Amino acid sequence: MQEILTFISEHQLMFYMVVLMIFVGIELIEKVPSVLHTPLMSGANAIHGVVIIGAIIIMGQADNIYATILGFIAVVLGTLNVVGGFVVTDRMLDMFKKKK
Amino acid sequence: MKQSILDIIYMVGAISFIFGIKMLGNPQKAKKGNLIAAFGMTISIFGTIFLYEGIKTSNYIWIFAALIIGTVVGTMMAKKVKMTGMPQMVSFFNGMGGACAALISLVEFNHLQHNPETTSLSTLAIIYLGLIIGSISFSGSIIAYGKLDEKIKDKTLPLQQVINVGLLLFILVLGGLAAYGIISNPIMIYVVLTLSLLYGILFVMPIGGADMPVVISLLNSFTGVAAAMGGFLYGNMVMLVGGILVGSAGTLLTVVMCKAMNRSLTNVLIGNFGGNKSGGGEAKAMTGSTKEITKTDLAVLMKYSKKVVIVPGYGLAVAQAQHVCHELEQALENEGVEVKYAIHPVAGRMPGHMNVLLAESNVSYDKLIEMDDINPEFKTTDVVLIVGANDVVNPAAKTDPSSPIYGMPILDVEDAAHTVVFKRSMKAGYAGIENELFYSPKNSMLFGDAKKSLTDLVTELKNL
Repeated sequence: MQEILTFISEHQLMFYMVVLMIFVGIELIEKVPSVLHTPLMSGANAIHGVVIIGAIIIMGQADNIYATILGFIAVVLGTLNVVGGFVVTDRMLDMFKKKK
Repeated sequence: MKQSILDIIYMVGAISFIFGIKMLGNPQKAKKGNLIAAFGMTISIFGTIFLYEGIKTSNYIWIFAALIIGTVVGTMMAKKVKMTGMPQMVSFFNGMGGACAALISLVEFNHLQHNPETTSLSTLAIIYLGLIIGSISFSGSIIAYGKLDEKIKDKTLPLQQVINVGLLLFILVLGGLAAYGIISNPIMIYVVLTLSLLYGILFVMPIGGADMPVVISLLNSFTGVAAAMGGFLYGNMVMLVGGILVGSAGTLLTVVMCKAMNRSLTNVLIGNFGGNKSGGGEAKAMTGSTKEITKTDLAVLMKYSKKVVIVPGYGLAVAQAQHVCHELEQALENEGVEVKYAIHPVAGRMPGHMNVLLAESNVSYDKLIEMDDINPEFKTTDVVLIVGANDVVNPAAKTDPSSPIYGMPILDVEDAAHTVVFKRSMKAGYAGIENELFYSPKNSMLFGDAKKSLTDLVTELKNL
């Protein structure tokens, strides 16, 4: 118990951030026309690829074979998420360009 | 110094995510928004590689090799996929993110095993949560991908919901006990991993293919939360902001999608929609007859119409008929006929999917009219062409409380003077329900392949 409380108080800024970001997320999506839901979902999909930063950290700090192999796979998969996500979104949005 | 620069980079990254998502919600700015978010991601990635404390230069080779492999493969997959296959592609990439989060947890757990002095309840709890959410998201997304790609069929075990809920509780309890150190055997993490992967499969397996978009959106927000766990683990703001933002926006998007179908999330997850259980939702048998229309008659009918509305469905996309559809639209406009497209919120496989598909064939953005705006216009419409759509124009949604789609808002095509349904055969729609619109005196059927029918119509129109 004590430890959880310490954790929360040490990370209080992050907890504030969580609450605020939940509201920001809701605020950002609320008024979006449904035509953009698919690209938006795809764009959000690319953004959670930010998890790749964790993969880079474990890969970069790896000092044994276990961490090296898993870290390597994690970076590959994370990159797939990020690059694939942004490229797919970009392709979808290309379709929305006004054509003269 | 290095740390401060990195902090600022992360801050810029996080802000660019917020602006990126904001701009993605606006048709004119969406493309720029995507690029801004991608920019934020790029600087965060390279900032981490070069400035993060403790990254070994000897590991650079591995990092860059992995980045290059991921970039090449990811770009190829994303460029190659057909627009109709977009939803499963998104699901696949989402699964990769989930797997990435799960792997991070595995390595960090192993790291703690070697450095027990840094172990604490909160880090363990975060590691376990990241592992559980990440692996559920991974296996669930892969199943969703398989279902949309029609490689995997719907399957329901007896007592599926009981098993699912029980398994989830078991995983959480197990994870909790392990985090508390009550069970300290390091094998536990693999047990939790396996069970979570299994749960992801069982969770998505019974959900009908028509509901997959909702599931993908939900799993998308799961991966967001898993990424945010990484944020807590490393005290990393950009991971936290990106993750929570997607978690919250994704959850809301899921709810909005459910609303478009007038169903609750619970109903989607447990409802077994489109499955083989009848559940009292058996539609009443249809009586009466349908009449067919010839292509020549239809061409004449349209030529002398003032306004024609096209209702496109996924069948149109599957038949790759979007381009011909656009040709028909131009041919009609040359005759002075007003042409519009009526877009149901769940047309296609995801909200907005149909817009992407039509836009790909150069259909102008402002001709695509959303349901609420087009519904009052049907009264003044002469001909409605329903191409490859079925459930979104089924009046049972309004009139038959026993119908599984009862309550779903539909396009009021029956207000128009004539409706013409393009169909391969009399088979029921994706939801497996009969459609009484077909038997309406105002309706005619045009059987055959949508692409061929439309091509013939264009020729007929030009010859008139």
